[in-house]
Parts: sequence; C-alpha cells; structure tokens
Amino acid sequence: MFLYALRRLIYLVPVAFGVSLLVFALVHLAPGDPISAIVPPDSPKEMVDKLKEYYGFDKPLPVQYLRWLGVTLTGDLGTSIGTGRPVATEVTTAFGNTIILAIAASLLAFSLAIVLGTAAAYAKSRLVDRLVTSISLVGVSVPHFWLAIVLVIIFAVELGVLPPMGIGPENSTGWRFDRAHLAHMVLPTIALSVIPLGVVTRTVRATIKETLSMEFVTALQAKGMSDRQILVHVLKNAAPTCLAVMGLQAGNLIGGSILIETVFAWPGTGFLLNSAIFRRDLPILQGTTLVLAFFFMMLNLTVDMIQTMLDPRIKRG
Amino acid sequence: MFKRVRVAAASVGLLAATAMPAFSQGTLRIGMTAADIPQTTGQPDQGFEGFRFAGYTIYDALVNWDLSKADAIADIKPGLATEWAPVEGEPTKWIFKLRQGVKFHDGSDFDSDVVIWNLEKILNDKSPQFDPKQAAQARQRVPTLIAWKAVDKYTVELTTRVANALFPYDMSYIFYSSPKRWEELGKDWVKVALQPSGTGPFKVDRAVPRERLELARFDGYWDKSRVPKLDKVLLFPMPEAATRTAALLAGQVDWIEVPAPDAVPRLKQGGMVIVTNKYPHNWAYQPSMVEGSPWSDVRVRKAANLAIDRAGISKLLGGLMIESKGVVYPGHPWFGSPSFDIKYDPAAAKKLLAEAGYSATKKPKIKIAISTSGSGQMLPLPMNEYVQENLNAVGFDTEFEVMEWNALVTFSFQPVTGDASKKAGTNAINISRATVDPYSAFMRLYHSDFVPPKGANWGILKDPKLDELINKAHSSFDRAAQTKALAGVHSYIVDQAYWVYIAHDLNPRAMSPKVTGFVQAQSWFQDLTPVTMK
Repeated sequence: MFLYALRRLIYLVPVAFGVSLLVFALVHLAPGDPISAIVPPDSPKEMVDKLKEYYGFDKPLPVQYLRWLGVTLTGDLGTSIGTGRPVATEVTTAFGNTIILAIAASLLAFSLAIVLGTAAAYAKSRLVDRLVTSISLVGVSVPHFWLAIVLVIIFAVELGVLPPMGIGPENSTGWRFDRAHLAHMVLPTIALSVIPLGVVTRTVRATIKETLSMEFVTALQAKGMSDRQILVHVLKNAAPTCLAVMGLQAGNLIGGSILIETVFAWPGTGFLLNSAIFRRDLPILQGTTLVLAFFFMMLNLTVDMIQTMLDPRIKRG
Repeated sequence: MFKRVRVAAASVGLLAATAMPAFSQGTLRIGMTAADIPQTTGQPDQGFEGFRFAGYTIYDALVNWDLSKADAIADIKPGLATEWAPVEGEPTKWIFKLRQGVKFHDGSDFDSDVVIWNLEKILNDKSPQFDPKQAAQARQRVPTLIAWKAVDKYTVELTTRVANALFPYDMSYIFYSSPKRWEELGKDWVKVALQPSGTGPFKVDRAVPRERLELARFDGYWDKSRVPKLDKVLLFPMPEAATRTAALLAGQVDWIEVPAPDAVPRLKQGGMVIVTNKYPHNWAYQPSMVEGSPWSDVRVRKAANLAIDRAGISKLLGGLMIESKGVVYPGHPWFGSPSFDIKYDPAAAKKLLAEAGYSATKKPKIKIAISTSGSGQMLPLPMNEYVQENLNAVGFDTEFEVMEWNALVTFSFQPVTGDASKKAGTNAINISRATVDPYSAFMRLYHSDFVPPKGANWGILKDPKLDELINKAHSSFDRAAQTKALAGVHSYIVDQAYWVYIAHDLNPRAMSPKVTGFVQAQSWFQDLTPVTMK
C-alpha cells in the first residue's frame, strides 16, 4: 500500500507537468492578450511593447513557459499582471474561501444523497423511489446558476432573511466561524450542492439496489441478521463505487464554480478565474489551474486509498 | 405563495439574524461593476469606474473636474494647481502654479518635488519609483508631455512635444501619490496598494482584494467645501448585474452601478431611485475609410445613419439612452450646428443607397466587429441585432464578427488594414468611446496622425480639412475660441457622417432612497463628497 501511494505520488509529477503545459498552451491560444487587458484601448504601441518586455511576453512561447516553470518550481507562482499581487497569495486566499464552500456543499450533498439514495433503493413504495429519482433528476438538470438567482430572489430580496452576496458582513475580513458568516454561506452552499446531490443520489440508489440483489444479502437474511446489520454490509459493499463518484464531485466543488461564485460575489477560485479570464491574467490563470489540478489529483489518490482500505479485494498496483 | 416560503424560511432567518449589521448613518455602500477593487496606488485601472471610485476619491490631479452640476457638461477646474498658462511666446511650455498647504493623508507635504517624482513614476522607466502598472494606465493620457522640471517649491514647468492648448485636460488624469508612503513601505507598490496615501477627500481605511475597498473621510482635505459628509464609503466588486440588483433590493448595498435595463422596473417597484444623466459617451460604428470600402462613399454613410430606428433601441433599453446625433449630444458646447440631421428616415436612406449605385441585387456589404459585453458597450448583442435589421431593411447586407471584449480591444490595436481585420473581413468596428475631452473625442479618433497603434483612428480616416480643423482647436489658447473651433470640428464630422452614430448611454445607477445629496454630473466621474445617508 505504501509503495503504491509513493508510486502514485511520483506519477503526479509528469501529470502536473503535462497539466502545466496544457494550461500554458490553452491560455496563449485564446484571442486577446494580457497587456491589452490592462491598458486603456488606445495606448501607444511603444507603451504596450515596453510592458510586454517588462512582463516577458516579448519572448518566444517556449522561453516564456520555461521561465514560468522555473519560477513555479521554486514555489513562487509569479505576479499577477492585473493586480501586481503575488499569485501564490491570491490563489491561497481564494482557495481557502472555495474550500470552505466546497466542504459545506459536499457535506450537505453527500449526506442527503446517502439518505435519499438508500431510502429509494430500499423503498417498497414506488412513490418514494420516484420522488427521490425526481429530486436527483432535478439536481443534475437544473442549471445551478439559475437556481442561485432564484434562491437570492426568494430568500434575500423577497423575504430578506439571508444576505445575497459576499463572504461575510461588511465589517469583517475573510471568513470565520460565526453566525453572520454562516448566514452568508447558506445560499451558495445550497446552490452548489444541487449537482453533486443529484449525481451522488443516483449512484447510491443504483449501487445499493444492485448490492441488495446479490446472493450474499440473501445469505445474510437466511442467517437471521437484522435489517440494520444487513444495511451495514450493504453500505460497505456499495461504498467503493459511491466514494469514487463522491471524490470526483468533491474535486469539482473544490475547483470552484465560476458561475456560483460570480453570482454570490464569493471571493474564491471561481471568482478569481472569472476575473483572470476576462483580464487575460496569465500568471493567475496558470497558477490557479495548476494548484487546482494538483488538489484534484491528490483527492483522487486519497479516494483510491480509502477504497482500498474499505474493500481489500480492490488491489492496486 | 411567499407566505408559505416565509414560514419555511423562519429557521434560516434566525441564523441570519445577525448577518446584516446596522451601519452608521454616514456609511455609503456601493456595488461596482468591476470584478476586483481598482488599483489604489495612484493611477487606477478598471477604466473610468476605477477613476471614479479609486481616483478622484483618494487623489487629486493638478487639474480637477467640476462635478457639482447636473445641468451642464463637467469641465476642468483648479485642483492641486491653482493656475496654469503657457509661457509667453513658447506655447509648448506650460507653467503650473501649485496649491500651498496641501497635505497627504500620511501628513507629508505636497510640492513641486512631489509632482516631478510622480511624473517620473509613470514616464521615466529608469526612475526607482517607476511603476509599470501605473504607467500603463497613465501614459496615453499625456501623449504630448515630454519634459518636466521644478521651477521653485510651488511651480513646475511642463513641456509638450507640440503646441497643445488642451494640455490642461490631459493633466486631469494624472494623480499624485505620496513619496513618503512609498519610502515607508519599502519602496514596494504592492504594499502601497494596501495602504495608499493621496491628497484626495477620502483616505483608504482598508483594501481587501476582490472583497472591498473601504474609504474614510479625510478631515484635513484642502478644499473645505468638499470635505466629505459621509464617514465612510464601502466599495464592493460585483461584476454580475443580477447580484448587484439583489444586493440593493436586499439592503446589502445602498447604491449600484449600471443596473440591467430589465431590472429597472423591479428596482423602482422596490422603492429604489434610478439616477441618470447625459455624459460624454458614444456608441457608434467606426467604419473603414480605405479605398474599396463601401463606407468611403458619404452617401452610404449617410444612408446608414438614416436607417437606424434609435427610438426603438431606446425602448429596448428601457429608455436608458439618448438617440445619437453625432459624437456629442445636442446641447453639448461642442455640438455646433451641423446641417446633416441624423434621424430615422428609411426612405431617404434607400434613396441615398440607390444614388450610390446600390440595389437589391447589389447591396453594400458591411461586416462589423462587435463584442458580447464590455465596458461602456451597453447591451451589445441585442442592440447590434436591432441595428442589423434596420440596416438590412434599407438595403445593406450586414454581418457581424462577434468576439469577447478583450479580444475586440486587442483587435482594435491594429487598424482596418491590419492582419486581424483582414482575416475577419471586417470593415467597421463597434467600440464605445469616452469623449470626455477634445483629445479623446476628436484627435485620437478622427485625425490622420492617430491611426493605430498611435491612436484610435481604426478606419484610417484621412481628411486634410478635418485635420486642419482639429489642429486649429488644439492651438486655440483662448477658451471661447477653442470651444468654437471644437464646435466647427463636430459640425464638419457630422456633415460628413464619418461614423454611424447610434446611442449615448445615460450612465444609470440605482440607489436606495436613503442616499441623499448626490448630484449626477454629466461626466464619467462623480463626486461622492456631498452625499449623506438618511
């Protein structure tokens, strides 16, 4: 197991390298350039050229990439062209804000999904099954940014019970665990949890239904085990598949949602990426994407490890 | 229906009970359209929204804008300079007399050394204080400034490349940050951005990137008539229009910039006040004037101008525009008296096209580069589609090359003969323009010397008579003669229908009825100092 984990960690290096190359190529392929995003429209060419030279955009792309890679390997992700602030600081702050939201949305979505999915799989009544299936269908079908706007209209504008935007009240900086900040989290958390709720509910329902039809369940029933004891066995058997899906969904949430964070003006990675895309802030785009890719890979590795621990039949490596 | 929802929300409401703290009467909260707080070191980014909230609030220019009137176009007035004039017999040299007794927020003094230090900051890349980010925002604002020196403690001499009577307007865009603060913070502009020091009516209390900018009243402001009445101004980046609307309706902010036209009825229903006024903004098509372009025929240009139902577009925008009749709107001091009246007259448009040799089988083909969104672009897609229908109805064959805002700006860095336009096959471009001062309204857009990359004459308009008229305006040192010359320039441009003029934005902002004392100037910039909160 340890050797497997080590080998997977070593594999991360070429994958991270590949991701960085891909990100670099993609952001340079897009039309527009970072200097025209920071200067007013009719800036003299001499000024634009000088800035290109200052930021190193006058160099050939391979040279630019190697310079960026060199700086990145030292742990310094460079400086934002748009704000002049260090990319590492920008990404760390934004990532922290996104993680808070992602954890809350994951907890809400996964716990509800496990309950609903299991209930649907066990349900004798077709009504319960259909109700849960409908909820999961709505979850995967409804555009979450639309739902976000609807939630804001109902709970912030019409009822006035929740704040419509921001990470916290005006007199505070960043996020902290108190009632006021939690209130700011309610609507974005609900909006963000809708997709993973739908996806995971469907997976849990299907996997548990499949597990329930297995022979070992009949054997457990024949042995006289209680339903509760059988449920534990069923959940354990269904867990690896569900965990794999949850891992991917959690990864997506940690990646931040550009739309949800923009609707709620939540200063996370999605909000940061949105602003960086429009400003063609290449160092921010590259730095954020690289950090997110790294976390996504780490998360997948963690899920793989947990799956193996839960079900030793899954042999890795 | 909401009754039931209200009950369901009761528990959530308890959680939120402390989420919206009460603010003191003197705190104004504004939702900006920017996705981040503007640069606070001196020269703001984020276009003129940056100037509005992080420029004239924290800083002063030598020449400020008089933003106290709603019924007249904003003009320049003394700022950190009390007076200015060209040197007798040497029109390229200007003497600026500086205001005495002005203090920065950090307590240091403002004098001629500070002026020179700040000009070096943006114009001399060898100076230790040179900041490329501020230079990027400032250099094109002072295109003719080539030399600067301190004459004495409160006098500076500035030299321009050519005689430029409108140079004081250029100096209204250059702000003065404190050299002392820069020294104190290890000569690091990134640190200065978090604790800047200017001479403006507001000082920065706190700058939290991507979250908010907190400004507080500067009691030591030199202009006692403009010491802010507010205790604080909080500025929040909210790029999404629906978010700004919801934040205002929910009481999380008191003022939002640029509400979406379709949200205006809901805002009014919620008791909010929609404030608008004319200001120097122009939404038009800038055509290609090179040989072979259909636009090089004045009859085609006039036909396009007469084909557009501007009242219909205004209806589409909920009335948040002025129907354009030129570069500036009627009533503006530079409007003049053009003989060509830009209006909706499709029959006359058809006639002009026929006179120009076009017919149903031989239509003038026009392809316009447009954006999906962008600063000052209003609602570019529906507006352009509306215009397309109008133009095609009189016999044009109209196409668009649609791109994202940043791509369009980059596209405009090359003239119509550049590779980008050639590849796209475009012969017009739709970029809204700020026409704040004579240079930005005429010189950079219509003078033959200002073809990109030097200026923004994208269509390569070359008209020696117009060049002469513009040059004349720029060399008229007498204000009345200058205004008359500019009116002459404008009349000539409209008579030649050099662009297709469509709309002027109305600079809409929505605010809570608690906001009082605000006077919306006819300007991109606004004065927050007289505002109070009920």
